[in-house]
Amino acid sequence: MSKISRRKLITTGLAAAGGVAGLGVATRLAQKYGLVPPDHGGIYGLGETLTYASQRLLTRHSLAREFSTSQISKRPFPNEVEPPTDEFKRLQAGGFADWRFSISGMVARPASFSLDQLKSFPPRTQITMLQCEEGWSYIAEWIGVPLSHVLDVVGVLPQAKYVVYFSIEPDTWESIDMADALHPQTFLTYGMNGDKLPVGHGGPLRLRLPRQVGYKNVKFLTHLTVTDSMKGFGKGLGGASPEGGYAWYAGI
Amino acid sequence: MPERTPWYHSRVSDSAYVASGASAASAVPAVPAVVPTKTMALRHSALVRVTHWITTLCFFALLVSGGEIVISHPRFYWGETGNDLTPTLFKLPIPASRNLVPTGYKFTLPDANGWGRYLHFQAAWVLVFTGLLYAISILLNGHLRNNLLPAKSDLSWRTFSTAIASHLRFERPSAAEAWSYNVLQRLTYLFVIFVLFPLIIWTGLAMSPAFVSAVPAAVNVLGGQQSARTLHFFVSLALVAFLLVHVGMVWLAGFKSRMRAMITGAMITGRASANRAGTTAGTNMERT
Repeated sequence: MSKISRRKLITTGLAAAGGVAGLGVATRLAQKYGLVPPDHGGIYGLGETLTYASQRLLTRHSLAREFSTSQISKRPFPNEVEPPTDEFKRLQAGGFADWRFSISGMVARPASFSLDQLKSFPPRTQITMLQCEEGWSYIAEWIGVPLSHVLDVVGVLPQAKYVVYFSIEPDTWESIDMADALHPQTFLTYGMNGDKLPVGHGGPLRLRLPRQVGYKNVKFLTHLTVTDSMKGFGKGLGGASPEGGYAWYAGI
Repeated sequence: MPERTPWYHSRVSDSAYVASGASAASAVPAVPAVVPTKTMALRHSALVRVTHWITTLCFFALLVSGGEIVISHPRFYWGETGNDLTPTLFKLPIPASRNLVPTGYKFTLPDANGWGRYLHFQAAWVLVFTGLLYAISILLNGHLRNNLLPAKSDLSWRTFSTAIASHLRFERPSAAEAWSYNVLQRLTYLFVIFVLFPLIIWTGLAMSPAFVSAVPAAVNVLGGQQSARTLHFFVSLALVAFLLVHVGMVWLAGFKSRMRAMITGAMITGRASANRAGTTAGTNMERT
């Protein structure tokens, strides 16, 4: 009995020590390779970090499923749109001719683009699914310019880690890592199903991020900034969603 | 060593834990054997007990958070897509936590998707690690072979009909049955461990837009993302059904003794003689 206890004690002790050491090494490696999300603190930090880290390892370059034209949803659900601000109404009255999308932060050439300027970049289309965290979904053709192209134009600095993007709606902003920002399916979207992007779906400009659920696909995009840390933004959690209790990483 | 007639053939795995007064006796070799009045033996290994209760905790966390997520859109579809503007496969007759869902109710429930989703995925991670630890251990230590896989001879209609008939009569299981799982129990546990749990994880992952970007087959073979969601819901119902039957059977078999066995690991053998000599009368537990 006592022999077994001692053996058990030793093996349990070794396993615990190994576990702690392993956890320490894993944390270091995770931080080094950018596998720790900004909202890693708190009681749900463990699950959030495991989800983000494993999906980032598995999905860094994978492409969201694309569908055929016949699979485009006849009735895409626009979801709730906040009552437009006076500023939005003014821009809408002018046919969004004065809509500006600006880029600042860790870029070589900060810039501000009109919709026409964005449309002058080589357009791309994707037929992908938009999924809401509530559970509903639809498939649409999205027309826009890959964000990576625009980031190339402004020249992202090598220390960049996140792209933070803002809506014209107050307190509506999110962020993504560079893997998602430079992903070929991440679009600055201005068209949908062969037409302009309707206001209900985020027109005139929406960030399209098909590998993450709806709330990261911010509508009415006006501004983007490139940074190496989320610390200076709000509570440092990486967006309005994590500040409202929702996960920063929404690829699940 | 008290004899215990193995109810389930002559498998030895369970009897390896049979208790005896031997250790008490060997400690005082000159004195005649002191036999405790109540003898306990190890029914469930520490691994089984710890993984069982972690799984229980995770299951409740997943059930509550899953319910919270479902109420934000209590409509189900088949195929790739579905939303408030498209026909449903079926709807749950409950109010929703989001005001745009047409439920027929004039009020909305509080929104809990933020912590609901955080908790759901965290509990899923803990459950997956616990499940892997359990599955690998029972493969290696023989628990699967000895205590979960039914004997070939028991895979006959006669054994099945006898077992089903006794269950249908709500017969209290015999004392011997406390030491080994019957054939229906074995098949049910195997089904839950190796079919329902893998299915719930698969259908869950099939809803993740990022996961399926890396493994598109995970959702394609299920018939689409909304099909995966609907299947996830049905598999969770099957797991809840298992939980209800499981707790019901524990109740029928003797709630106190079964709970004690799953918490402390010990089960009363009820075979010790009533020699109250000496001062060691009481319970004596021996574990290998």
